[in-house]
Amino acid sequence: MGTLCLIIVLAPLVGALLAGLFGRQIGRAGAHWVTSGAVGLSFLLSALVFWRIVVGDAPTYNENLYTWLSTGGIDFHVGFLVDELSATMMVVVTFVSWMVHIYTIGYMHEDPGYQRFFSYISLFTFSMLMLVMSNNFLQLFFGWEAVGLVSYLLIGFWFTRDTAIYANLKAFLVNRVGDFGFLLGIACVLMYFGSLDYQSVFAAAPAHADTTISIIDGHEWSLLTVICLLLFVGAMGKSAQWPLHVWLPDSMEGPTPISALIHAATMVTAGIFMVARMSPLFEMSTTALSVVLIIGAITAFFMGLLGLVQNDIKRVVAYSTLSQLGYMTVALGASAYAAAIFHLFTHAFFKALLFLAAGSVIIGMHHEQDMRKMGGLKRYMPVTYWTSLIGSLALIGFPGFAGFFSKDAIIEAVHLSHIPGSGIAYAAVLSGVFVTALYSFRLVFLVFHGEERMDHHTKEHLHESPKVVTVPLIALAVPSVLAGALFVGAMLFGDYFGGSIVVSAEHDVLGELGHHYHGVFGMITHGLLQPPFWLAMGGVFAAWYCYMKRPDIPRRAAESMSLVYRILLDKYGFDRFNDWFFAGGARSAGRALWRGGDVALIDGLIVNGSARAIGWWAGIIRHVQSGYLYHYAFAMILGLLLLLGLFVHGVIA
Amino acid sequence: MSADFPLLSLTIWLPIIGGLWVIFAGSRVHDGAVRNDALLISVATFLVSLLLWQGFDNGTADMQFVERLAWIPAFGIEYYVGADGIALPLILLTTFITPLVVLAGWVVIKDRLSLYMGSFLLLEGMMIGVFSALDAILFYVFWEAMLIPMFLIIGIWGGPRRVYATIKFFLYTFMGSVLMLVALLYIYFQGGSFAIPAMHDVTLTLTEQQWIFIAFLLAFGVKIPMWPVHTWLPDAHVEAPTGGSVVLAAIMLKLGGYGFLRFSLPIAPDASMSFDWLMIALSLIAVVYIGFVALVQQDMKKLIAYSSISHMGFVTLGFFIAFQVAAGSGSWDAAATGIEGGMIQMISHGFISGAMFLCVGVMYDRVHSREIADYGGVANTMPVFAAFMMLFAMANAGLPGTSGFVGEFLVILTAFKANVWYAVLAAMTLILGAAYTLWMYKRVIFGAIGNNAVAQLADVDAREKLILAVLAATVLLFGIWPAPLFDMMHASVEQLVSHIAQSKLP
Repeated sequence: MGTLCLIIVLAPLVGALLAGLFGRQIGRAGAHWVTSGAVGLSFLLSALVFWRIVVGDAPTYNENLYTWLSTGGIDFHVGFLVDELSATMMVVVTFVSWMVHIYTIGYMHEDPGYQRFFSYISLFTFSMLMLVMSNNFLQLFFGWEAVGLVSYLLIGFWFTRDTAIYANLKAFLVNRVGDFGFLLGIACVLMYFGSLDYQSVFAAAPAHADTTISIIDGHEWSLLTVICLLLFVGAMGKSAQWPLHVWLPDSMEGPTPISALIHAATMVTAGIFMVARMSPLFEMSTTALSVVLIIGAITAFFMGLLGLVQNDIKRVVAYSTLSQLGYMTVALGASAYAAAIFHLFTHAFFKALLFLAAGSVIIGMHHEQDMRKMGGLKRYMPVTYWTSLIGSLALIGFPGFAGFFSKDAIIEAVHLSHIPGSGIAYAAVLSGVFVTALYSFRLVFLVFHGEERMDHHTKEHLHESPKVVTVPLIALAVPSVLAGALFVGAMLFGDYFGGSIVVSAEHDVLGELGHHYHGVFGMITHGLLQPPFWLAMGGVFAAWYCYMKRPDIPRRAAESMSLVYRILLDKYGFDRFNDWFFAGGARSAGRALWRGGDVALIDGLIVNGSARAIGWWAGIIRHVQSGYLYHYAFAMILGLLLLLGLFVHGVIA
Repeated sequence: MSADFPLLSLTIWLPIIGGLWVIFAGSRVHDGAVRNDALLISVATFLVSLLLWQGFDNGTADMQFVERLAWIPAFGIEYYVGADGIALPLILLTTFITPLVVLAGWVVIKDRLSLYMGSFLLLEGMMIGVFSALDAILFYVFWEAMLIPMFLIIGIWGGPRRVYATIKFFLYTFMGSVLMLVALLYIYFQGGSFAIPAMHDVTLTLTEQQWIFIAFLLAFGVKIPMWPVHTWLPDAHVEAPTGGSVVLAAIMLKLGGYGFLRFSLPIAPDASMSFDWLMIALSLIAVVYIGFVALVQQDMKKLIAYSSISHMGFVTLGFFIAFQVAAGSGSWDAAATGIEGGMIQMISHGFISGAMFLCVGVMYDRVHSREIADYGGVANTMPVFAAFMMLFAMANAGLPGTSGFVGEFLVILTAFKANVWYAVLAAMTLILGAAYTLWMYKRVIFGAIGNNAVAQLADVDAREKLILAVLAATVLLFGIWPAPLFDMMHASVEQLVSHIAQSKLP
């Protein structure tokens, strides 16, 4: 198992190094063969590991690889923990990554940075695997930051575009704000647990149930609440939860395969994974769960609304991703960790599919991303159309499709939850279903149906994308349909996760839900009678009515509710506020401290001032040394008289 | 090699004598020979220092490679050198950086080449001397002598305001070191020996310790430098030639940190404890205040100089949280982590700041400007260079996997044990460090080609590539596997910690 894990992790790294350092020597074909080959190998071996751990009941693998360093009696290790949770993540990461590698061959084939691109995405796969396979907080943070680095590099892949290099800096800094909390959380764990290894921390957690920590004098807070909230700040950055969500829509400046791989399927779910991994800690703090629940609900509902007013095809999918990440977070807050991971799992397939399909449309449209200039593409791009439709149905939770099982489970779990805030969260996720269906089918209708609004030249060149593009679409469409039905029984209600996820008895909503679960078909037929289904259908119908039947309605609605519309277009004003307050404020503070502190006060007043003072003093003293003998003689007489006077009066003996 | 072979002396004197030889013989030979000689001497010194590492026993805190000869017997002044786990990493850093500095000035320096190369070799030997001196007067002599070659380097090959910068540099550091001499003499009169290990055992009252501590603080605080005595550094860096900046940032600043460990903490532990609030406050001001100041710099060298001050804040923070950590956790183990974190921060900063200044130098050699506004889109014409600089920029921002992460991480972890708010303020560097480094990178390297000068840039040549690759490998190696450095330090740091845990009050 150890060797297997090592190969899984190192193969993409080797691929990345070969393509990155020797890109010119191995050529374009060499680069894509070596990287896709390596990631393919990783996927196959991950599947083998998955088989052994999840299906074959092999014991959890938990070994240290080497000691990173040891100091002050604490050893920091690099090592792997492979259990049901990480095995699932490994399969998702390597599979989506492999598909994206293949897709990239077609999508990027004209790009001069071809080898560099492959090097980055393989490096990403390596980093992500290090993150999910870690057995300690330190390595988790390693992977955490490394995926952030690759995300930064890839958003800014087309580094001559001003928007891209603005977006990547923003993404990195916003993530660093999250990491700020995350790192403090890790410091807190180390202080109280004396170790960063998951196993020892989780084992010791119950003993700290009543430990309190005083951060502000006189206020005692529960240690585990503080730890969980700090760690969750990290998750909010990486998984783009409100109010740290601002970087994700802008990250769409990166090439589309990246939006699929990093900013939809894998990296952004790292926060979800992390909280699920920390379930033994979160379970001990209802306060922390409540915060997680509410942040998730805000993200799920309000980010979905933004998707309604976007015209850029990728941005619609991006806001949809934000909203879906909110759903996962809500599930975490409701202690339905398995449902969160299950939604992560199904979402990875259908959201990667939707992004890659959007990319296929963008290729077909000659890099046009504005949906107002599309329409009727169904005729020209049948494979893209059908796979998009499958992805959209999965996304809105149409019964039978993958997203149905995971999303329905989340909604039901929140409904059953008693964590404070679950009422609001239930309302948010339920109304979110309508919003999701509306923006998803708005996209489908605007892009694939109706009037053909593109210009003549584009239309002439419209055709289905090449095989390297469509094959990954089909390969992702399959699990977008099946992954839900195949895994729902085991993942949600069976003993799939074993000991890798811990849920305390009073929070166990999924267990309660399991009593009502009678197989896949039962769940589907039950789903047909539930509000989410009718809300989704309502959304689809509204989309059809507004964008096919009566295209004047959206415009009229925008006019009559212009304030709401403007707020949505302004993305609630977060970007403007952040630019003004944080970016502008930091620069002003820097200038004030520099000009006022360093230049004026320290250098001006103290350093150069004392130099001037010495100069001034010397200028006066200089007059004493006039060179005239009688001045000196006079000074001597004065001095003599002074001494004599002092002597006479007994001041000096 | 026999045990009594004076290996440490060889490391000190090889570059000093070699440097003098280069200076005096250099005027008679052509520049090619000067370069070769300088490189040969610096590489030979590095190899000798590797022998030191190879012969070093990690298991003991005792001074190793000790040489002790009478020098001025009338005052008990000796030629007394040795190295422990605190000195050796810094000696290795010095011998590692110097060949790179020689290479960096290879074709760039045309004026008085032999003096230039010779000055760096002299500087190297004297800095190693400072790190290995175990006699206070010997230490002081090396400490002051070191200023001369640096003064020449900035004064002769520096920029337009070099005179202002050199005088500021000289006065600042000289002011501090004179007070240090007074303090050393005072301890000598109390304890009767100039041997530094003996000074560690001199009993002093709290008032005595406090005066001594302040005198040392001025000397070492200026050197490292700490806020508010830091303003000489940006000026010195801006005016210094690339090689000068590299040595200044990579090695000279560390002399201050070394001084705190070798003198302030063990000689005046009670004063260190009574003043630790001050040291912590100044360190945190350095991290946060200077982080903001770095953000708005227009000159790349100034920006990196401010970034250095901010990073050095972690060094002093790591050292001086020791007392509060020990008081809070009831054990000195965690205090050792803070000190080792500060040490590793010094070593790592040597690689990273050196690399960053070399990167600026690479661009300056081509465009003759350090202004951020004069660049833009360098990645278009210098892709290989852009990749190297990306790595160093990320290391500067403390990315895990690079050496820049290790020290900051350990110091933040330890600071949390002293006081949550120390950790909160220190962790601000995660955001600030990334902001100032990557914003500069964005404006200089990314973007469309900014102007004609950038359009005509040639990518790094083999020599530059070699220098940057060696540093890149080192930054990654110690980021992924820092354990060897820690193994080297453990015994000595533990001994230091147990020493400062004992009150020295009479």
